[in-house]
This record gives sequence, C-alpha cells and structure tokens, in this order.
Amino acid sequence: MTGEVVIFWVTAIFSVAGAVGMVISRKAVHSALWVAFTMINLAVLYFSLGGAFLGTTQIVVYTGAVMMLFLFVLMIVGVDSSDSLIETIKGQRIVGTIFAFAMGALLTSAITTTGFSAAAGVAGANEASGGNIEGLAQLIFGRYLLAFEVTSALLITAALGAMVLAHNERWTPRKTQAQLQRERTLAGHPTPMPSPGVLALHNSVDTPALLPDGSPSQESLPRIFKSVQHPDDSTNNEVTS
Amino acid sequence: MISALIGLPLFGAALLLLGGRRTNAWGHYFAVAMSSSAFIVGVTQFIALLGKPAEERSIDTTLFNWISVGEFHVPFGLHLDQLSMVFVLLITGVGSLIHVYSIGYMAHDENRRRFFGYLNLFVAAMLLLVLADNYLLLYVGWEGVGLASYLLISFYQHKPSAAVAGKKAFVVNRVGDVGLSVAIMLMFVTFKDVTFSGVTAHAQHASGHSLTLIGLALLLAACGKSAQFPLQSWLLDAMEGPTPVSALIHAATMVTAGVYLIVRAHAIFDLSETARTAVVVIGAITLLLGAFIGTAKDDIKKGLAGSTMSQIGYMILAAGLGPVGYVFAIFHLLTHGMFKAGLFLGAGSVMHGMEDDVNMRNYGALRGAMKITYISFGLGFLAIIGIPPFAGFWSKDEIIHAAFSQNLVVGLATLLGAGVTAFYMTRMMAMTFFGESRWKKGVHPHESPLVMTAPMIILAIGSVFGGLALKFLGDIELWLEPVVGVAAPKDPASNAVLIPVTLTVVLLGAGYGWLKYAKTPVPALAPENVSLLTRAARADVYGDALNEAVFMRPGQYLTRALVWFDSRAVDGLVGGLSATVGGLSARLRRTQNGLVRSYALTMVGGAVLIALVLLLVRL
Amino acid sequence: MNPNNYLVLAGILFTIGAFGVLVRRNAIIVFMSVEMMLNAANLAFVAASHITGTLDGQAAAFFVMVVAAAEVVVGLAIIVVIFRTRRSASIDEASLLKY
Repeated sequence: MTGEVVIFWVTAIFSVAGAVGMVISRKAVHSALWVAFTMINLAVLYFSLGGAFLGTTQIVVYTGAVMMLFLFVLMIVGVDSSDSLIETIKGQRIVGTIFAFAMGALLTSAITTTGFSAAAGVAGANEASGGNIEGLAQLIFGRYLLAFEVTSALLITAALGAMVLAHNERWTPRKTQAQLQRERTLAGHPTPMPSPGVLALHNSVDTPALLPDGSPSQESLPRIFKSVQHPDDSTNNEVTS
Repeated sequence: MISALIGLPLFGAALLLLGGRRTNAWGHYFAVAMSSSAFIVGVTQFIALLGKPAEERSIDTTLFNWISVGEFHVPFGLHLDQLSMVFVLLITGVGSLIHVYSIGYMAHDENRRRFFGYLNLFVAAMLLLVLADNYLLLYVGWEGVGLASYLLISFYQHKPSAAVAGKKAFVVNRVGDVGLSVAIMLMFVTFKDVTFSGVTAHAQHASGHSLTLIGLALLLAACGKSAQFPLQSWLLDAMEGPTPVSALIHAATMVTAGVYLIVRAHAIFDLSETARTAVVVIGAITLLLGAFIGTAKDDIKKGLAGSTMSQIGYMILAAGLGPVGYVFAIFHLLTHGMFKAGLFLGAGSVMHGMEDDVNMRNYGALRGAMKITYISFGLGFLAIIGIPPFAGFWSKDEIIHAAFSQNLVVGLATLLGAGVTAFYMTRMMAMTFFGESRWKKGVHPHESPLVMTAPMIILAIGSVFGGLALKFLGDIELWLEPVVGVAAPKDPASNAVLIPVTLTVVLLGAGYGWLKYAKTPVPALAPENVSLLTRAARADVYGDALNEAVFMRPGQYLTRALVWFDSRAVDGLVGGLSATVGGLSARLRRTQNGLVRSYALTMVGGAVLIALVLLLVRL
Repeated sequence: MNPNNYLVLAGILFTIGAFGVLVRRNAIIVFMSVEMMLNAANLAFVAASHITGTLDGQAAAFFVMVVAAAEVVVGLAIIVVIFRTRRSASIDEASLLKY
C-alpha cells in the first residue's frame, strides 16, 4: 500500500467521477466545474508521477486559464443555458454510446494485453538533469527546439486569430460625452444612471438600483440578468426596458 | 510507251472530272481524242510486237517499286504480250468507237462531259487491268473498272432505280472481289510471289490443294465481274445505265475481265482438275441460264444483257476446258466484243428513234424507217447466232467442238445454248424490225445521225469479217500459243459431223422464233396467262428472290438484332450503370446532413474500426 | 504497481470525452469534452514517460497543453461569433453545409 497506489486510486476515482459529471450535467456551468475538478485531480496525478512542472502547468494553464476562458464564454452565451434531454438526431445517442464504449473496450484490451516493463520512474532522469524543470528545459530547448518554435508561432497566430474573430466593428462613430448628455437630457433623466446596487438594500449584481423616487430601475441591470424579485423589496419589478 | 496507253485516258478523265463545267464545251472531243490516241499507240505496239519473233513477243516496263515489305515485293509493272495486246486493241478500238457514238447519243444530256470523263476513266482502268504484270496491280484495275461501272450505271442520278442498280452491281461485284483478294493472299502464301511470271514458274511446285483453292477463288472473282452464276443478278439491272455504257462495259470489255483472269492464270488451272471442272460447270449453267432469261424479256437491252451473260458463259466454259479451249475463249471474246457492241449500239439507235422506249412490244416494222440500223443489227444478229461466214460461227463452233471432245453433257449444253440463242435473237429481230408496226401515237422513228451510225457500221464490218480475219488473215491460235498453250482435243468429234448438226439446231431455233414472232402478230401487252417457265424467265429465274431470301433477309434480321442488342443490352448496360451510380450517389448524399454530431459519430466509428483491425492484426 | 493502470485510466477518460462529444448538443460542452480527451492523452504521455524513465513524454504533454490552449482560444472565439449572429449555442443549428 504505497503512497503512489493510494494517490492513484483516489485521483482515478475522482477523475472518472468528474468526467462523468461533466457529461451528464444539464447546466453548462456545472459541466465546466466538473471539468475543472477532473483537471486538478490529473494535476495531482502528474505530481505523483514525478512531473512537477507539468502538474503546475496543468493547474495554472489548463484549469486556471483555459477553464476560466470557458466560463467567460459561458457567461456571454448564457449561464443558465441548458440542453434539453431530447435527442433530435435519430439513433445518435444509441450508436454514439456503442461506438464510444467500443472505443473504450478496444483501448483497454489493447493496453492490458501489452506487457510493459516495470515502471522506471523519472526520478532518475530528474536527477540526471538536476531537477524536473531543468530536464524538461533541456529537452524543449534542445531536442524539440523546432517544435517549440512552431508552437510559439501557433500561439501568436491563435491570439491574433481570436482577436480578429471576436472583433466587433464599430459601424457608427462613438458617441461623445456631449452627445450622451444631450440625449439624456432630452429623454428626461439628465443625470447618469446609478450603477447597480446603489441605494439598494442588497448589493448583488442582479439587484436593480433604486431611482430617486424609490422605484427600481431595470435599466441599471446588466442585460443578461432577468428581473429578480427580492422578498424584502416592497417594490414590484417589471422589466420594462 | 505502254504506260501512255493507260496515261492518256487517265489524263482525259482527270481533266474532265476535275476541270468541271469549264470543260463542258470541248470535253467530249477531248475524251474521244484521248481514247483514239490510246488506240493508235496500241496499234503501234502491235506492229512492234509483230516484228518480234514469237517467243519474245512481250514488252515489259516497271514504273516503280510499289510495295516492298518483308518478303512481299510488288512492282508497279506493265507487261504487254500477245494476250494483253488483243485486249488492248479491243478495248481501245471498240472503246473509241463507242466514244464517238456517245457524242451523238448523249448530245441532249447536260452531264455529257461527266459521262465522257467516266468513260475515259473506265478505259484507263481496264487497260491497267490487262497490262498489269502482277495480280495485285490487276486487282487495282479490277476495282477501277468496278468503280467506273458503278458511276456509269447510276449515271442518271435523278432516277432512284439507276442508283439502286449501281449499288447492286457494286455490292455483288464486291463478293467476287473477295475471291480475288483471297486468291492473291493464297498466291503470296504459296508462291511468295504475285507476278504472272512468278506464279507460272512456280505453279508446278505447289500442292494440289492450294492450287485448287486459288483456282476456285479466282473463279469466284470471275463470276462476280463477268456476271456468272451465282453472282449474275446485277447484269440485267445494269441496263439502267446509258446504252453506250451497256455496250462498252457490260458487253464488250468489263464483263470479259473474268475470262481474262482465268486465261491469265492458266498455269494454275492447268494443274487443278477440280478447279477446271468447277469453271466448266459454272460456264455451262450460266450459258443456259442467260439464254433462258433472254427468251422472255421484252426490254431490248435486258434481252441483250441475258445474251451477254450466255455468251460469256461460253467463254468461261471454253476457258475451263483447259489448253484445248483457252484460245477459243479469247477468240470468242474478241468476236463477241465486236458484234455485241454493234448490237447494243443498234439497240441504242432504235431507242433514240423511238423516244427512248425500250419495250420491244412498242416496236415493229422498223426496217423501213431505220435502214442502217436494221442492216448493222441484222449483221450482228447473224454473227451471234453463228451463221457462217460471219464472226460468231468461227469462234462458237470451235467451242462446241472442244466441249464435245471433253464431255458429252457439256457439249450438249453448248449445242442447246446455241439453239436457244438463235431463238431469242430471232425473236428480238422480229419484234423490232419485222411484223406490224406497234408504234405509240406521236412516235416517228428516224435514222440516227452519222456520228452514231458510223461506229455501228464499222462494228458491223467487224461482225462480218472479224472471224475470218482472226482465223485466216492472222492466225489467232498461233498468236496466243506462246502465252496460253494450245492442245489439240483428244478424241475430237469430227468437225464434219458437228458443224451441220450445229447449223441445223441454230436454224431450227431461228425458224421457231420467226414463226412465233414474225408471222403471228405480237400482242402489245405482255400476256398474263403464261407457262411456269415463262414466268420464271421473266423473273430472272428468281435469282433476285433467292438472293433476298438467303442473304439479304437474314442479314437484315441480323443487323436488326444487333441494333436491338446494342440499344437494349449495351446501351442499357451503360445507361443502367450510370443510373445505378446516380441513384447510389443520391442515397449516399444524404449522409451529408450538415450536422456536426453525425460527422463526429462517423469519425469515431471509423476510429473504432481502425483500432479493431489493428488489434486483430496484432493478435 | 502496474503501470498499465495509468493507461487504462487514460483510456477511460478518453472514452468519456468521446461520449460527451457525440451526445451533447451545447457547443461549449462539446468543446469541453474535447479538452477531456486531450487531457487523457496527456495522462498517457506522462505515464509513458514514467514507464520509460525519460522526460520526452512530459515534453510532449507540455506541447499538447500549449496547442490545446491555442485551440481553445480560437474555438471559443468562433463560438462567440456564431452566437452573436445566431443567438444559439447549439451545434445542431449550424447545418447549412448539407446536400
């Protein structure tokens, strides 16, 4: 019962649970959270296998950056969005299940019938290069230099690409402050709108601000929040914007 | 010099046919000039040959080396010896006379120039045929005369019957031509040589089988060109062409090319008993067939055509008898050329006077109205039935003599043929020139102009004196002996017996014809109630019906079946294939449903499959 | 301990990821399933490195991570753009490339 075995079994069970959770969650945000959970478990596993750098990178890059990116996009798309459980493509679910599990069965049988030599462990390799990071650095900047250069080019291109894709072209000139003030005055409320939560009893982001006469201003809510009824608000909320 | 013989008419043909309408005004005179100058060249060559001793009487020229492939060497060579010399004189002589005749006969035809172009072409091709020194070059001339015959038979392009007749002649000739090409191929295989000298020299070394095969193939060729049984059906239809054409091509010269071929290839026939027998049988059948057909024809030209078929049967029969008969075949060929051409020209003259009507039932009592025609036709008539001392007697009687010496049945056939010939020729004379006039209203028969009667007169002189000249003035047997060989008939039936018997048969036939057609009035419409034999004769002994039933209809069914097969099976297969592919593609297209998840499913499925295969292989 | 176990775990995670790709309809969840598959591959690499005793497997895993990050960036940008115009994140809606 070495530590390695224990860690393995624990992380294995949690990883699989997280993966299954991701697949069967109805809400997208729950899926994302399950994925993050699985990734952290994998990071632990990497640590136990002697890949300290890799484990750290997994948490920092994958869970920290990539999953956060996912969550931001989820926010844009709709946090509450959920899939209906009805399958529209005929036979997709059944055949998909069959294929996926056939794939799993094949992989498993392939792996279990292969006789691997006893695990050598990277401890020796780590020692030889003076540490895990140094060893990896020697490989990346040595033997795999070309891959490194190409990957960096790829990263730059990806960043540029994302910028170009998500760019929203401005079709009309930006309204100047004077113009905005003029519009506000003409519309009847010369002062700018209060930011959300001002003069409110609650300071959460989905609570509408109160106008000087005490009524909630739905315009102060970010677009993606529906109108929320709080129990101790005496006002009724109507989304009129 | 002998190449000029071919070159002059060929030049004439080229000039007239390529020159077009510009040559219309003087084209016919030019053609006559070309043909006549060829005749003059021929006469000079004849005199040159006479000056040489008998064994060396030949002039050879090789113009160029035509084909030289592997072992197959064929020179473009011309060979003028005694045999080709007589042919040259016949072709150019009779040809020139007919050219002159045509000036008058075709005077009202606007396509006259084209006619003369074709005539010159024919003369050139026929001369090439007889002057060639090898069988392949002979074949070229053979095809050339076939072409000229086709062009001239269907000369009246506006008449569908003429076009059909031309086609028929060409197609039936083609069957014979297959025989000639097979013969040439066999000659190459057997002798490695297709020149006359080569074949003659090596003939005795070849096996009997190959010689027989070559002989039979040559016989097939001769049957096609000379309208012998079983390829005789085209000759009567060929009378659709203008009368000078019938005279020149289908009486005097082209149809005799088959006889020339057999005599030229005598080396092969001498050595093959089977081939000779076949030739004799064919000749005998045809001479009787032609005579039989000729008895029931009311069309004057068709009657003469049947007569031609019969006379050539005599020639073929004589050629099949072997060395006893070669000379007489050629002798009869020459005399026949003269009197038959004269008879045809006379018929043309009669037609010209009777507004181009060919039906003898509308003639009658023309001897008063067309005196010159009557006399020349009459002299030709006497020659053909074999009355001494006219030309036909000398040649035909020799053939009958030779026939009897070989075989009694063959001899009897020739004798019977002579009798029937006398009958139908007398019928023709009687219906045309004697009896009551049965002319239609508005027809005023008149004599033809000098340009037409002059050649007729010259040919009539030939019919009278030709036989005597060739027998006694210049001995034709002696002339041709170095080339073909002459043999005396073994157990010869005595001429003393034979000649009176023949004359009796002839006079009987003539008398019967006279009684029936000169003494009794001839009905204006052909009687309907006739015997079976007459009906058969009128229908050319059902030759056409036979050809249609045996060859044409099955061929038609075959082609229709093939067309059906092609459109249903082959096209169906191809079309079906394309339809299948189309249908399949329409089904398969539906997998492109645009949904990413279906594509993902397919991808995963494919990956599973590959993994499975890899695993199985590994295990 | 049998090094096979790590690989079997990788296989299981891969399978679950594949299942998610095939069955879910939300584009972002599909994307996350793809990320799951990539992670499974990473695990396999690291396990292999552990078996052979060299660090090449870890280097490979590192590169996979980098590329996955780049891919996520571009992919999510595309999803955002599509969402802007079509107001829907269901991948079944983008089905114009059909026969």
